[in-house]
Amino acid sequence: MTEKTLERRAAMATLLADRPQNLFVVPGLGSTAWDAAAAAGGNDDRDFYLWGAMGGAAMIGLGLALAQPKARVAVITGDGEMLMGLGSLATIGVKQPPNLFLIVFDNGLYGETGMQASHTQNGVDLCNVARACGFERVLDVYDPEGLTVLAGMLRKSNRMLFARVRISREDAPRFLPEKDGVVIKDRVRKAVALLG
Amino acid sequence: MTDAPHLTLVKSAVTWPDELFDVLKRADIRQVGYVPDAGHSRLIALCKADPDVHDVSLTTEEEGIALAAGAWLGGQRAVLLMQSSGVGNCVNMLSLVRACRFPMLMLVTMRGEWEEFNPWQVPMGAIVKPTLELCDTHVTMAESPDQVVPLAQSAAQIAFGGDRAAAVLLSQKLIGRKVWK
Repeated sequence: MTEKTLERRAAMATLLADRPQNLFVVPGLGSTAWDAAAAAGGNDDRDFYLWGAMGGAAMIGLGLALAQPKARVAVITGDGEMLMGLGSLATIGVKQPPNLFLIVFDNGLYGETGMQASHTQNGVDLCNVARACGFERVLDVYDPEGLTVLAGMLRKSNRMLFARVRISREDAPRFLPEKDGVVIKDRVRKAVALLG
Repeated sequence: MTDAPHLTLVKSAVTWPDELFDVLKRADIRQVGYVPDAGHSRLIALCKADPDVHDVSLTTEEEGIALAAGAWLGGQRAVLLMQSSGVGNCVNMLSLVRACRFPMLMLVTMRGEWEEFNPWQVPMGAIVKPTLELCDTHVTMAESPDQVVPLAQSAAQIAFGGDRAAAVLLSQKLIGRKVWK
């Protein structure tokens, strides 16, 4: 096991820099939603910021990816949120959507509730879970070079992938996006309609 | 829930699943999430055979709530097919539907409600309607074949026209008593 990690805000900024119009993001409940908002400098119409529905981020991404083949859909969530929806890795593995990219920012901690340990720091390896569920392309990202490869795949790959991004344990300052679910939903739908 | 192969249904010559499929097609349903279920087996088979419908087999029913939300974000309509026991699995995820006012159509085959032989099905089956109503879902129950189509059409209209959750419960009277073969 490598000890290398990336800083979460910088990692999100790299993944979403010069973002193509058709790249939609489902950031999971908690820190990854704040990271995505920070990367957008506020709000991006193509982000479905989750303030709840823990465990649901990956399946929301699947529904969007199936509905809209022109979109590239990145689910970017935390290890705790992914663990709550572990079965969805199996569901997605069966469907193999080519435009869905699951990215887990893994620090082994439940950040929003006070930095308690998650299963990933006690032996559970999400990359192996993803492989076992049928993800053929699995990336373990822990340095800037790996992050650049992942950012490139987000833009060009036509195969679903799972990536674990090992992030450091420092908590970043809160950066809160829009909280009204109806507003967030309607913005994403309008951005989808712009794809034609 | 999946039935073991040695289980079968008393009734087999029923037409309401085919009629339900027609309702879903007329409502332009393009994604169907389901946990394999005996009562829904015919409808699920019809959905799987339709190239214009994404059929998504789920590991747990709450995945179907999130799937339908994502489908709507992408401009498609979805339905969740499940058994009454699955309703309990959906409770927190239905917050997503209410908080964002997503349309959410659910067709629920009942257990623990009529001529049930398995007492473990009764606790959840007995609280399906109030549970869904607590989650701000419009609920009706079809107890005879002639009620299925109008109630399903109405639920689709309430869900997609009203941006909210609507469920039709399909009574065990429609499905028949499960027997050991």
